[in-house]
Amino acid sequence: MIDAVGNVQRVLLLGGTSEIGLAVLRELAGGRPVHAVLAGRPGPRLDAAGSGLRAAGHDVTVLPFDAEDPASHPQVLERAFADGDVDVAVVAFGVLGDQERAWQDHEAAVRLTQVNFTASVSVGVELARHLSAQGRGGIIALSSVAGQRPRRSNFVYGATKAGMDDFYTGLREALRPAGVSVLVARPGFVRTRMTEGLPAAPLAVDQDAVARVVVRAWRAHRDVVYAPAVLRLVMVVLRSLPSPLFRRLPV
Amino acid sequence: MTALAGWGRTAPSVAVVRAAGEDDQLAEAVAGAPVRGVIARGLGRSYGDPAQNGGGAVLDMTSRSRVLSVDVPSGRVLVEAGASLDHLMQHLLPLGLMVPVSPGTRQVTVGGAVAADIHGKNHHAAGSFCDHVESLDLLTADGVVRSVSRESDPQLFWATAGGMGLTGLVLRVLLRMSHVESAHYVVDTERARDLDDLMARLEADDHRYPHSVAWIDCLARGSALGRSVITRGRSARVAELPRSLQRAPLVFRPSTRLTVPDVCPPRLLNGLTVRAFNELWFRKAPRRVRRDVQGLGQFFHPLDAVEDWNRIYGPRGFLQYQFVVPFGEEQALRDVVRRLSDAGTASFLAVLKRFGTGNPGPLSFPAPGWTLALDIPVGGGLGELLDDLDRSVLDAGGRLYLAKDSRATARTVHAMYPRVAEFRAVRDRVDPHRHFRSDLARRLDL
Repeated sequence: MIDAVGNVQRVLLLGGTSEIGLAVLRELAGGRPVHAVLAGRPGPRLDAAGSGLRAAGHDVTVLPFDAEDPASHPQVLERAFADGDVDVAVVAFGVLGDQERAWQDHEAAVRLTQVNFTASVSVGVELARHLSAQGRGGIIALSSVAGQRPRRSNFVYGATKAGMDDFYTGLREALRPAGVSVLVARPGFVRTRMTEGLPAAPLAVDQDAVARVVVRAWRAHRDVVYAPAVLRLVMVVLRSLPSPLFRRLPV
Repeated sequence: MTALAGWGRTAPSVAVVRAAGEDDQLAEAVAGAPVRGVIARGLGRSYGDPAQNGGGAVLDMTSRSRVLSVDVPSGRVLVEAGASLDHLMQHLLPLGLMVPVSPGTRQVTVGGAVAADIHGKNHHAAGSFCDHVESLDLLTADGVVRSVSRESDPQLFWATAGGMGLTGLVLRVLLRMSHVESAHYVVDTERARDLDDLMARLEADDHRYPHSVAWIDCLARGSALGRSVITRGRSARVAELPRSLQRAPLVFRPSTRLTVPDVCPPRLLNGLTVRAFNELWFRKAPRRVRRDVQGLGQFFHPLDAVEDWNRIYGPRGFLQYQFVVPFGEEQALRDVVRRLSDAGTASFLAVLKRFGTGNPGPLSFPAPGWTLALDIPVGGGLGELLDDLDRSVLDAGGRLYLAKDSRATARTVHAMYPRVAEFRAVRDRVDPHRHFRSDLARRLDL
C-alpha cells in the first residue's frame, strides 16, 4: 500500500538490472524495508541486484523476464502480482546499442525497437490491467530526453523512446479514472553502464541524482519529470530550434 | 467507480460504491462480493484507509439511519448502524438520553463507532463505545445475520469492537444511552504552564470529573513545552443552568457556521499562521474558571461548527498521529512531545488525555495510560519522523489508534497489538475467504 506520507510496500522493477531502476527502487523505499520484485534477464547481474537489496534489508523476489519475448509477458506480470498488490511498477528496461548500426543493420534496428518500444507497450498493457483491478497504484516509466527531439547521433534510440513516452503519456490519461497514476520520467545523459565509453553530454548526472528527482516528483503526484529538472527548459528551446541550427549544435 | 479517501485526504483508491439497501440486499452484496472484497463506509471520518477498498466494493451505510426503538427508563435504544451520533443526539436528547461516548465530532456513524471502538473525554470514567453496546446485529460473510452479544459469542463480539469492520457488516446496535437533565455541561477550565504541570494536574483531579481533556500547544518550546489548557466537566443539572436555559434544558440545535471552500491554498497552514493561532488560543483561555456552563457542541465538538475543515490542510492532505503509552512511561510521552515540537511540524493543538481501563477487544485501542493526538499536514520528512516516534511508542509498550493511522507498517502494528492473532482466529472463523477487506487491512496485513 502507498500510505499517507508516500511510503510504499511493494515495488515491481521491470528491468531488474537497470541501474537507474534500482536507484529509483531504493529511493522509493526510503529508510523502510520493502518487498522488491525484480523482473529481469537471469544472470549474475540480476543475482547481484537481488542480493544487494536483500543485504539492505528488503524482501526480494526475482522473476525471469525477457523483454524480447512479448508473448511471455502476461505470465510474468501475473506472477509479479500473484502474492499481493504492487504499489509502484518501474518500467526501466531498455537498450542503447550501437547507434550507427541501428539505422543500417536491419537486425539491430528491429531488436532495439522490440526491446525499447514493443516490450514497453507489451508490459504497459498488462500493468494497466493489474493495477486497474487494484483501484490504486502507479507506474514510473523511464523515458528519455532523446525522445523529445531526434538527433543525428541516436535517432533510432530516440524514436523508440518517443514511442514509449507517448504510450505512457496516453496511458496516464486512460488510467486516471481507475485510480492509477503514471509518471513519465525523462532523464538526460546518465552516467551508467549503458552509456559507458560515450562522451558525457552536458548536464550529465548519475543514477542516484535521477532517482531523487524522479521519486520527489512521484510523491508530489506529478505527470512528467525531467532529470535534472533544468532539462525541461532546455528541451523547450531545443524542440523549437529550426533544423539547420539544431544540426550545428554540439549535442 | 469512485475514488475514496479518509478524512486526511491522503492515499485515495477507486472502488465500486453501493448504497446500502435492506438486509437481504446487503446479504446478497456480501455473498457476491468481488474478489477484492467489500467494506462498510459511514461518514468517512477515519483519517486513513479503513473505509476504502481499492478495486473492491464499498457499502455506503449512511442511508440506514433509523432509530428503531427507545426505552427511556433503561436508556436502551436500538439504532441502525448508519445513524450518526449527531442524529442520535438531535432525536434522543429531548428524551433526556445522551450518547454514552462522544468523540471530538458528532459526524460519525454508530457502525463506525463500533468498528473503531471510539472513545471520548469520558474514557477514564466510562470506557469506550463498545462498553455501552449490549448487542449488535452482524451480517457475516456467509450471509447470515447474527445477534452478537458478550454472552452469545464473546470472541466475535470483542473482535468486532475495534475490528475495523473486518468481522462483518454491523447492521443494528442495541446501545445503552446515558441519562442527562440537560444538553449543557458545567465546565472548569485551567491553564498548565508545561507538560509536567499538566500531567500532575490531570493525575490529581481527573477522578472528580466524568469528562476531561487537555489541549497542548505543540509549537511552544523550551520551558513552555507542553503549555496547555485543561477543560473538564460534567453534565449540567437543570438547577445549575441560567434561568434562560431552564425552560428548555434539553434543546440541542447545532448549526454549521462556516464551510471551508473546496479550493484551499496549499501553504495556508504554516509555522507562522499556526503559531499565531495557538498563541491566541492559549491567551484567550482563562487562567482558571469554575462552573462555566457550555453547550454540548461547544464542549464536545468545537470543530463541528466548521464544515469540511479538513480542506484547510490543502491538496496534500494531513494525518493524525494518536498513540497511548502506559502510566509509568511519562518519559516516552515527554520525548515524543519534544521531538514533535522540535520538528516544528505546523500543527494545531495536540490533545492529551488519561485513559482508564481498556476492554477485552483484541484490536480495541484504549488502554490505561496517556493518549496524545495531533493533526499534522503531510510534508517532507514526516514519514521518517513518525517511524521514529513509532519505535519510541512501541518500546514504551504503547500503541497507535487504527482509526487515525494512515502510515504505520504491518510489522509495527502487529508488535503493538500482540493479540492480533486472536483477532485473526475469530475473523477466520466467521470470514474464512476474506469477503471483508479494506485498504487498511491490506496495508496492515490484518
